[in-house]
Amino acid sequence: MSAGTRKIAVTVSDVVKVNELVTRFRFVPTDGAPLPTFSGGAHVVVEMQDGDVTRLNPYSLMSDPMDQSAYTISVRRDDEGRGGSLFMHTKVKPGDQMMISYPVNLFALDLRAKKHLMIAGGIGITPFLAQIKQLAAMNGNFELHYSCRSPALGSYADELTTAHPGRVHVYFDDQKQAIDLETLLDGQPLGTHIYVCGPKGMINWVRDKASALGWPREAVHYEEFLAPQSGKPFEVKLAVSNKVITVGEHQSLLEAMEAAGVDAPYLCRGGACGQCETDVIGYDGKFIHHDHWLEDEDKASGKKIMPCVSRFEGKTLVLDR
Amino acid sequence: MTIQFNDETFRGDYTFKNSQWAIDRFPFPFHEDNYMYSVNMEQHQGGPEGSVYEKRFDVDEHYVSEMKDRAQVLAEDPLRCQSLPHMTLAGWDLLELIMVSKSEDYPDLFELHRDGNHWHWINKPMGIDQRFTFMDETTLPYGPMEYITRQTQGDFAVLDQRDDNLWMDAGMVTTQADWSLDFDIGMNFFEWHAPVPKAHEMGIFVRALKFLLNVQQGSPARRLNWTMTVNPLLDTSPENYHKWGVQKTTLTPENVGQKQHLRVELQTFFRLPRSNALVFPIRCYLIALEDVVSVPKWGRRLHRVIRDLPEELATYKGFIDNRPLIVDYLSKFDDGLATSPGIWPDKDSEPPLQA
Repeated sequence: MSAGTRKIAVTVSDVVKVNELVTRFRFVPTDGAPLPTFSGGAHVVVEMQDGDVTRLNPYSLMSDPMDQSAYTISVRRDDEGRGGSLFMHTKVKPGDQMMISYPVNLFALDLRAKKHLMIAGGIGITPFLAQIKQLAAMNGNFELHYSCRSPALGSYADELTTAHPGRVHVYFDDQKQAIDLETLLDGQPLGTHIYVCGPKGMINWVRDKASALGWPREAVHYEEFLAPQSGKPFEVKLAVSNKVITVGEHQSLLEAMEAAGVDAPYLCRGGACGQCETDVIGYDGKFIHHDHWLEDEDKASGKKIMPCVSRFEGKTLVLDR
Repeated sequence: MTIQFNDETFRGDYTFKNSQWAIDRFPFPFHEDNYMYSVNMEQHQGGPEGSVYEKRFDVDEHYVSEMKDRAQVLAEDPLRCQSLPHMTLAGWDLLELIMVSKSEDYPDLFELHRDGNHWHWINKPMGIDQRFTFMDETTLPYGPMEYITRQTQGDFAVLDQRDDNLWMDAGMVTTQADWSLDFDIGMNFFEWHAPVPKAHEMGIFVRALKFLLNVQQGSPARRLNWTMTVNPLLDTSPENYHKWGVQKTTLTPENVGQKQHLRVELQTFFRLPRSNALVFPIRCYLIALEDVVSVPKWGRRLHRVIRDLPEELATYKGFIDNRPLIVDYLSKFDDGLATSPGIWPDKDSEPPLQA
């Protein structure tokens, strides 16, 4: 019962180097029909045809949600990663045709909020760019606190500060600037919602602090897409489709299933949405869980795995797929 | 095709009637000879030509009269339409979805001309010609959700999505199977489904919610639901139970074929793009039993379904007291022959009723 997502054929219209690490891509619809509008915080899954390998990476949309002429994303180069961001940086050129998914939002604004308090770290700024455009058009009340390594690596910091003076606060690590989180959270009006997107450490820091200060769980929103980790190859038996597959060193279990023609539902491919949750029928070995979907007790039970980001080491693994 | 709109009533003298066209395309809800809950979702991407599945928002011969009935319900009880303050953006999403869909699917009936945010909407069956500014509420006579749902058949629940749940935070509800928007407003998915028997224990709602949370833009879904209604009454609301509940006692063996109606809901689900809300249109189709049994396959099957339905379901659906009368009537149209699988009438392949 996979809800599934439809795809859109797009043409790359611009590739712009934002700084040493980040490159921006602009997609226009290949058939010229207007792109769907979306809500701030949404992402698309970009399909990359890298030789024989199909790479599928989620990227937050950063363009104006009301702009149906083009979508833009920003990609941070990850030299240690499995190659998706490197492919985008080194192979994708203006004029290339690509497939992207319809927008999916796992990091939506809570429109009941009296104030939207946004906390971004590094490339985690991208969903906020679209949310700020959406809120600015609706006269929404928002405030952004954006932490980045240095002025040279502070993607879009200048544009944001210029466009929204007084609402945007930028912190540079190399100048020893840091968000004073406790004071920030302490001074917020009733009805404020917190949104955090950035490295795992930052998300945990904000969630833990908010929780300790008594913020309601429902008022704290976060999004972190994990990239699948490389690891030792392992073998998996897929009971329903009656296949034995090998997951390669730089391949995820989800990708290995797809390569074997086994359909597994997904939305985010980053351990967040829960769509690809798979039942374990039997195993002899240990799981290397990377997702933040499963509860700790699920992870300990040995009964479930998220094939988009998690791996396995051991003799046998049998899955209900 | 050009639709001939009926001039008919859904109250008082009850002049509602289905034409042969409407009977042939009726969304009969039973794909086999028995019924039990299931999530039974499928993609809503068109369907057989002429069927109620073909268009995103089906328009039929009852359109104009149904909209008059809705206006009458709203005049008597404005709380049938409510939208919490944070749902206005979803209302604009819904207005856009319906105007775009109807103007593309029924170009002879509806026109939408857009120049940036300057929109011009023409609804020919209802004689409406409206120029307005998209996203500017002051340029429409009602809020965006109310404006467009006064022109669209079916009830509309507009659900906010947050905390891995759906919330009934806006809606237009005048043709409902005995539930109240005014009571349910602000409730979450489990709260507003609390009265349904059996389904909770079966895990139906947990699975249904998981599916609905993941309905994505561009991939709407649909299912059918059903109940029984005495007289072709659209507004079977709890608010007006004192008016219609008593009508259930008027059934007799002589009038059951005309008065007892099968009530089917075509439920669809669309992700709304700007608000990330989910809209849940619930379109009601009514058909008299005597029209159901004019299709031999449907007559055989409906008899078996109603006869064998678990008691809790017949009670919940509100026809437990009349079930013997209904089953007795339907039994005359069941000759015991096997029925073909699926919901379609199969008039060419299914044998006529054997005497």
